[in-house]
Amino acid sequence: MHMADALLSPAVGGSMWAVSAAAIAYCSKKVRTELDDDKAPLMGVLGAFLFAAQMINFTIPATGSSGHLGGGLLLAILLGPHAAFLTMASVLVVQALFFADGGLLALGCNIFNMGFIPACIVYPLVYRQLVGTNPSRARLTTAIVVSAVIGLQLGPLAVALETVLSGISALPFSTFALLMQPVHLAIGIVEGLVTAAIISLVYKARPEILARVRETRPPGSIPLRNITLAFLAAALITGGIISRFASKNPDGLEWAIKRTTGATELEAMKAGIHGALASLQERTAFLPDYTFRKPDGESKGGAAPMVERTKPGETGRNAAGNKLGTSVSGLIGGGITLGLALMCGFLLRKKPQPAA
Amino acid sequence: MTSLEGTLLDFKRLDLLATGDSAIHRLDGRAKVLVVLVFIVSVVSFGKYEVSAVLPFFLFPAVMVALAGLPAGFLLKKTTLVIPFALVIGMFNPLFDREVAVWFGPVGISGGWLSCASIVVRAILTVSAALILVSVTGFPSVCHALERLGMPQAFAMQMLFLYRYLFVLAEEGGRVSRARRLRSFGNKGMGLQAFGALVGHLLLRAWERAERIHRAMLARGFTGEFHSQGCSRFGKRELLFLLGWTVCFVILRIRNVSQIVGGLISGVFS
Repeated sequence: MHMADALLSPAVGGSMWAVSAAAIAYCSKKVRTELDDDKAPLMGVLGAFLFAAQMINFTIPATGSSGHLGGGLLLAILLGPHAAFLTMASVLVVQALFFADGGLLALGCNIFNMGFIPACIVYPLVYRQLVGTNPSRARLTTAIVVSAVIGLQLGPLAVALETVLSGISALPFSTFALLMQPVHLAIGIVEGLVTAAIISLVYKARPEILARVRETRPPGSIPLRNITLAFLAAALITGGIISRFASKNPDGLEWAIKRTTGATELEAMKAGIHGALASLQERTAFLPDYTFRKPDGESKGGAAPMVERTKPGETGRNAAGNKLGTSVSGLIGGGITLGLALMCGFLLRKKPQPAA
Repeated sequence: MTSLEGTLLDFKRLDLLATGDSAIHRLDGRAKVLVVLVFIVSVVSFGKYEVSAVLPFFLFPAVMVALAGLPAGFLLKKTTLVIPFALVIGMFNPLFDREVAVWFGPVGISGGWLSCASIVVRAILTVSAALILVSVTGFPSVCHALERLGMPQAFAMQMLFLYRYLFVLAEEGGRVSRARRLRSFGNKGMGLQAFGALVGHLLLRAWERAERIHRAMLARGFTGEFHSQGCSRFGKRELLFLLGWTVCFVILRIRNVSQIVGGLISGVFS
């Protein structure tokens, strides 16, 4: 579920960075004020524990493939939402830097999808409501599984939205969502069961760990809850409409090639935050979606250097001959500059070795 | 995914690269973090069909690897491990986007293939930039740099704690995993129940470790502040490094150098 830089536009990546940075600032403040100071080593060690837990694979029942723990919900149950969010964010930073899981620009998206959603949305608004004050074992398990499933449905939904708004991938939103959601339904159930198993063990061995978190009530004020419930409902409704729409068209591929879907999806999302984001992106992107940019100085033939800031428009084939010129010189030039760039590396590398 | 112990070894090797001593290593972390961010933003800001104009950006990883004396083969291997993930999404582009965008004589190349190639090139560039950043700066310095650039202190502290215990606990996880593998006789693990118990106990041990750490820290006068002793300065070298690369990226971003070079070459030959 890690998003990569290569599929992201700067506008979407930057906005999500801003959102995640704000959340980190808020949660850092909260963690400093609300909690006893033994949280600091605890958060660090539990972040490291998450890596350790991910080294132990488990076999997903009935499929034979193996998965590992995601951990966002587990941390939220153990640490509370703010500390869990910070811990997840730090884990994602390490993954981005050392394992190249998701890029640096995509970090904002990844922190939101895998940190903010489970810790700050699902935990206070779903898990805490379901689990109540003194849960039985069955109720605890149910609450955890339901929360994990909801978290792992919202996360991929956000991934699909962010990818489609970026416009680098040609996948229409509905197809992307249909690819992601069912897979993550299975993953969510397994994640829920595993988390429940771990939590019930902790509950048996050291019940005070869980009792302590329960005492610090999250500020689950009603307006925020209402917003999120509305968001959930909207997601479910759009999900339902999209899946019906898609199943009416058995040959999804042919239908998608016409790209009508891409257009209608974006139209439908023109409202609210997505609309604002999309229009921001339209303004900042040099190349709006689905129009191929033509080099400006095409008529001048091969040596046309001005490729930026061209009129986004017709894909006309009348200029095919000239296009051949530009594309061939682009290919040759690309190869040569790539060679030169790597050559620079080799030349620079040779120098320090005799000196050393 | 390959063997997890292998991943951990790679992780350690990457971490050790930061102990190197070169002109690049000695620069202040902030300069390097900012340059890499500018690099990534300029690379991803290209249009989705751009391939040739992105290629000159390979200059940055090549020069950095050379100047810092990093093992190019190792970084290349780490980078290529990640490409399939970008390709999983990128490979749908040729299916959905079939309009011919470029003609090479009679051969038409659809926009989908172009954008797919573009995604792969971007993925290689952005991933290698992140790996280079951590191998010439080191994780603690990246944290300090980010903190001095405005990241909240609590979060910086969290990242340093995480980094401190990462290797300790990951090795423990690796041992647990190996022990289970030896006892499950070729069956994949021993079911979810066993997994829950294993990870649960790992969690309890980690929790107790955190409590010990906290007591040890209190005994040594911890008051909630972290003090770093390394006080590198953002001097002239850093400014030069930052400005030099930024200007370079801006030029590469607004001029298609590949196109210019190709035009010159084909002009010479015709």
